[in-house]
Amino acid sequence: MKWVESLRMALKSIGSNKGRASLTMLGIIIGVSAVIVMVSLVQGSTNQVTAELEAMGTNMISVTVLGRGSNRTIEVNEMLEFAMDNSDKIESVSPFISSKATAKSGSNNISTTIQGTNEAFKTVRNTDVHQGRFFNALDIERRQKVALIGSYVSQELFGTLNSVGQEIKINGEIFQVIGLIEIKSNSSQGSEDDRIIIPYTTAQRLTRNANVNTYFIQAKTSETVDSAMTAVEKFLVGIFSDTNSYRITNQADLLDQVSEITGTLTMMLGGIAGISLLVGGIGIMNIMLVSVTERTKEIGIRKAIGAKRSNILQQFLIEAVAVSCIGGIIGILFGFLLSSVIESITQIPAIPSMSIVLISFSFSAFVGVFFGWYPANKASKLNPIQALRVE
Amino acid sequence: MIKIEDMYKIYKMGSTNVYALNGIDICIEPKEFVAIVGQSGSGKSTLMNMIGCLDKPTSGEYYLDGNRVTKMKENELADIRNNKVGFIFQSFNLLSKLSALENVELPLVYKGIGRKERYKMAHKALERVGLGDRVNHKPTELSGGQQQRVAIARALSSRPPMILADEPTGALDSKSGQEIMKMIKELNDEGKTIVLITHEHHIANQAKRIIQLQDGKVVEDSEVV
Repeated sequence: MKWVESLRMALKSIGSNKGRASLTMLGIIIGVSAVIVMVSLVQGSTNQVTAELEAMGTNMISVTVLGRGSNRTIEVNEMLEFAMDNSDKIESVSPFISSKATAKSGSNNISTTIQGTNEAFKTVRNTDVHQGRFFNALDIERRQKVALIGSYVSQELFGTLNSVGQEIKINGEIFQVIGLIEIKSNSSQGSEDDRIIIPYTTAQRLTRNANVNTYFIQAKTSETVDSAMTAVEKFLVGIFSDTNSYRITNQADLLDQVSEITGTLTMMLGGIAGISLLVGGIGIMNIMLVSVTERTKEIGIRKAIGAKRSNILQQFLIEAVAVSCIGGIIGILFGFLLSSVIESITQIPAIPSMSIVLISFSFSAFVGVFFGWYPANKASKLNPIQALRVE
Repeated sequence: MIKIEDMYKIYKMGSTNVYALNGIDICIEPKEFVAIVGQSGSGKSTLMNMIGCLDKPTSGEYYLDGNRVTKMKENELADIRNNKVGFIFQSFNLLSKLSALENVELPLVYKGIGRKERYKMAHKALERVGLGDRVNHKPTELSGGQQQRVAIARALSSRPPMILADEPTGALDSKSGQEIMKMIKELNDEGKTIVLITHEHHIANQAKRIIQLQDGKVVEDSEVV
């Protein structure tokens, strides 16, 4: 007997018992759609985080001087000189100072973050101006009181984004706004749009702190990141002689860490959802066992007119697999639907990938085979005479 | 040809042994029409299960057309049931969810015959029993006599040389019963071997040979004059 015949029989049997079949499928539907929703949510947010990290520049290395075990710091000029000496690997260096400050315009004032850096910051951290201009080397050399402000700051102080040319007071000193920073997030408080960027030389004076403890270094290309890291490492060891005095991280390492964490998360959530798929499989086994008992007479008749054990096994097994596969397909569609609903509500991008669709579908088919085997085998082993005697 | 030699079937009922078949020797030639009669518990149903290859004896031998059935494996027995035997049961034993045509097709499905060919053969078998206009009816939509005729069509569809009928008229009124018996006689006239089990004498008398069983033994084996 061909398996097509078994499939036809199975579909007929499922069709004549729609209510029960759909309840049985429900377990698989919930399992498959849960796997798809969970995994696509995690993958969606992973993609988002990765994209944000990549937007910062993957060629970036950051150096933080912790100052532990040494009184020595690095002068900006030392760092710039080092960069010049290694211009084959290093594109540019940005010193970075960050501190809290109060910004004021007329009667409006807000507390925001002041970042002091140099003109290279524009490329090193992918930060450009939306309006106006970025400050230049001359502004830095002359310690100009010029400021780039974020969209949130501009809205709060001026009620508009057209603030280039205006004056603001930062910690009581008057600065001229020369540029509006590109809108990075949605202009909310505490975001990348809630900050003021000024020349680091000006910042050193404003915060009365001459030490620069953070540097952002941009490698020439993604291939030179590793050699640039080595050079920086060597340079810093030469200065501090204690590897605990500083910390070097690069964007690629960070990306690796993120993908490692989200990988674990995917496995965990997918696994939990997978358990519900397993429970659905037990539901199939349960119903198939009931079905075998109910259809004992049918099995007896089929055997009397020439069905072999393998025919009966095939029929019941295909029925179980058909139930789980139909459930799997409905689950996939439902999972897609649910993902897009969640996406539109929570703004977390949920991207169901082809691989997870394939994995969850084949897992549901496997569940059908695994849990269908026992009832089907039981059916095939029935003694035809005893089966015929059952009413 | 059916040849049964010294066949025993012993069931254990607690500590006692029940001899359903107690040393049976029977020989049935092709194209015979044999009725097996006996009271309930005489072993006639057990004997039919043996002849129909549904059951295996405790001891003894069974040769069907020279093949030693008692040594066969399950799959070979299934093939014999499929190709050489057509069953007709007292309670029809049709699958209630399938139409008349699908019921008749079933032995052909297990024989591995393709869809179109199967449809033709099953249709022909139903026409043969006078139900050519009822092919798409479910068994529940048919009368008892009609259901038994579907069962006969099913028994005929794979064109077996032998028909085994277990009280085929037992669940029918006398008129439909007579119709069924007429049909069975016709089949015998066409050359099929018929083995019929009954406890009614007027049914048995329509056969050409009567074998009477009692307590698992043949007590009488006579030609009907």
